[in-house]
Amino acid sequence: MVMKSSAAPAANSGTAAALSLRVARRAEVADGVVSLTLTRPDGGRLPDWTPGAHVDLVLPGGFTRQYSLCGDRWDAHSYRVAVLREPGGRGGSAFVHEHVREGDLLGLGGPRNNFALAPAREYHFVAGGIGITPLIPMITQAELLGVPWRLLYGGRTRSSMAFAGELARAHGDRVRLLPEDECGRPDLADWLPGPAPGAKVYACGPGGLLDAVRGACDRWPPGQVRTERFVAAAAADSTGGREFEVELRRSGTRLTVGRDQTLLQALAGAGTQVLSSCRQGLCGTCETTVLDGVPDHRDSILDETDRAAGDCMFVCVSRSHSERLVLDL
Amino acid sequence: MTETDTPPVTASLDTDPFAPDVLANPLPLQARLRDAGPVVYLESHGVHALARYEHVHAVLSDWQTFQSAAGVGLANFREEKPWRPPSLLLEADPPLHDAPRAVLSRVLGPRALRGLRQAWAEDARALVDQVLRDTEFDAVTALAQAFPLRVFPDAVGLEEEGRHHLLPYGDHAFNAFGPPNALVDKGAPHIAGHAEWVNGQCTRERLAPDGFGAAIWAAADRGDVTAEQAPLIVRSLLTAGVDTTVHALGALLYAFATHPEQWRRLRADPGLARVAFDEAVRWESPVQTFFRTTTRDVEIAGTTVPDGGKILTFLGAANRDPRRWDDPDSFDLTRDPSAHVGFGMGIHQCVGQHVARLEAESLLTALAERVEEIELAGAPRRHLNNTLRAWGSMPVRVRTV
Repeated sequence: MVMKSSAAPAANSGTAAALSLRVARRAEVADGVVSLTLTRPDGGRLPDWTPGAHVDLVLPGGFTRQYSLCGDRWDAHSYRVAVLREPGGRGGSAFVHEHVREGDLLGLGGPRNNFALAPAREYHFVAGGIGITPLIPMITQAELLGVPWRLLYGGRTRSSMAFAGELARAHGDRVRLLPEDECGRPDLADWLPGPAPGAKVYACGPGGLLDAVRGACDRWPPGQVRTERFVAAAAADSTGGREFEVELRRSGTRLTVGRDQTLLQALAGAGTQVLSSCRQGLCGTCETTVLDGVPDHRDSILDETDRAAGDCMFVCVSRSHSERLVLDL
Repeated sequence: MTETDTPPVTASLDTDPFAPDVLANPLPLQARLRDAGPVVYLESHGVHALARYEHVHAVLSDWQTFQSAAGVGLANFREEKPWRPPSLLLEADPPLHDAPRAVLSRVLGPRALRGLRQAWAEDARALVDQVLRDTEFDAVTALAQAFPLRVFPDAVGLEEEGRHHLLPYGDHAFNAFGPPNALVDKGAPHIAGHAEWVNGQCTRERLAPDGFGAAIWAAADRGDVTAEQAPLIVRSLLTAGVDTTVHALGALLYAFATHPEQWRRLRADPGLARVAFDEAVRWESPVQTFFRTTTRDVEIAGTTVPDGGKILTFLGAANRDPRRWDDPDSFDLTRDPSAHVGFGMGIHQCVGQHVARLEAESLLTALAERVEEIELAGAPRRHLNNTLRAWGSMPVRVRTV
């Protein structure tokens, strides 16, 4: 491969490249599960990520939904997510299944990682249904590091369990597949060993499964059992890529951020220079204090508590949930 | 890329970028490298060099193709034993790089530093008040060294005794990224003593309970990194957190001492302090160079570099590339220096950049309050290092408000 020098100027010039990704491929990977391969429209590098990370996808119509990245990060030019159709959901997954097609553009936030893979001497992975997705890159990582691992993967039926066949074929008896209609509910207490120094349990899936994992691991030290629960994102009325108003309190400037520009670009256009560096929401240089309004955080830095505080934002990628933002500039 | 019938010939140069006269003034070589072509073969060390912004930025960002675990100096760790156990951050790639980086990013992140802002502003005022008792002083020792050494070791939680080891330890570590020349030879006889103190400071028992060091050990207690990794992560702070900041502040002070109109501009708008620091980092590039190693045969702008090849990226040259920057040699606070590569770029970008910015902002704000004019009072003297662009001394004269 020729090094994509085209990626550099695009990333440097602070274009709207970070705003949206193109659906390069859409595939049914299991009953009720579609996988989307996402790339930058200009083909450039995507922001780096680590196993356990998720992205926010901003769907047409303003839904923002979080999906774990389950692709290969040695491919810097595409992300992969897998989306389960949830009949009881709030419409995001149904929208993806019914309306998202190859070639469509989706807004991007993150990637962020609240479920990072910490070093261990052995890993016990537990997946329930679509909760397999963040564990896929973790398994790749454990393989790369030569760290022993095993996986318990439960689902409703064999055909609903995304990536089950590939995992079983590639890793043999390290992988235990438990379709509920064939095997019943997994006996976690039986499968999970007692606590061992340096061992870690990573579990992702529905709340009931995670409660069962916690129960089965009640003798484990807390830092050695790590879980990620799929929760519906707070129902926020995102402006998506739409325009919004910004007031700069100190200078008294008012400006409009158009749909095809970043806040950072709009600020520069209005003569307000904010120091930045990576322009991908990764480095934290362009942190700006928010005085009023609700930021739509698209960065990789703030955790949920920081986000909820709503008192700062990274203007290189983040936008606004409210029609108007007031910044301390 | 344009189609050609014959493969392009890669430019080559026989100049040693680590020769004393080049280190004393690297700008002419940087210009020659940029103009010779996107990739230049350096005969002196058998490595390929990149000096244009576009290619330096792209290589630093692409950790998949240009690895760090084989060393970010001339030595190739695939073949040579490093002089000390490799850094878990600077000299590591994913996946091993992930956990140490995640921990340090949080420990040194802007939100973690909020609690230091007020204290460092007061420390800076106290230091400036003390220094300004004289109207002439050496800006390197009195300010550029004194301020980081006043606040950073305390923030890490180091013992008072032995802090004089920090600067020579870092200086040697940055020399060691270059070839084994006279600069390395000069530091080698003393490094064991410095390293012993530095390594000792990295242990849990010797770190204060409320500093960056303790926060790293707390991450080990949570299982985010291992207890074996924790001291090496602390060591990264001590290696890369002192000399770099000192020389960046030296660059900043030199820039203002030689650009009185920019000093007036800063005094008129002290909010420019952060931009001023990054502009100084762009203009002077305290970290001049880093190497990467190719993970496969890779073509860069028509030149194929074989797997395992060392690539020397000239951050300083990229930061003055006229293809990227208007009037790149001028130090100008009206410029937007954003996206300079003085802190690197990508997953290895300086994890302490927010600490450095806060130190600089604190010191510069305190100086701007009290100093009306600053100018050179004698010829400044360079301090040579294989990687760092540094001042050894800088006599200045000030007129206070």
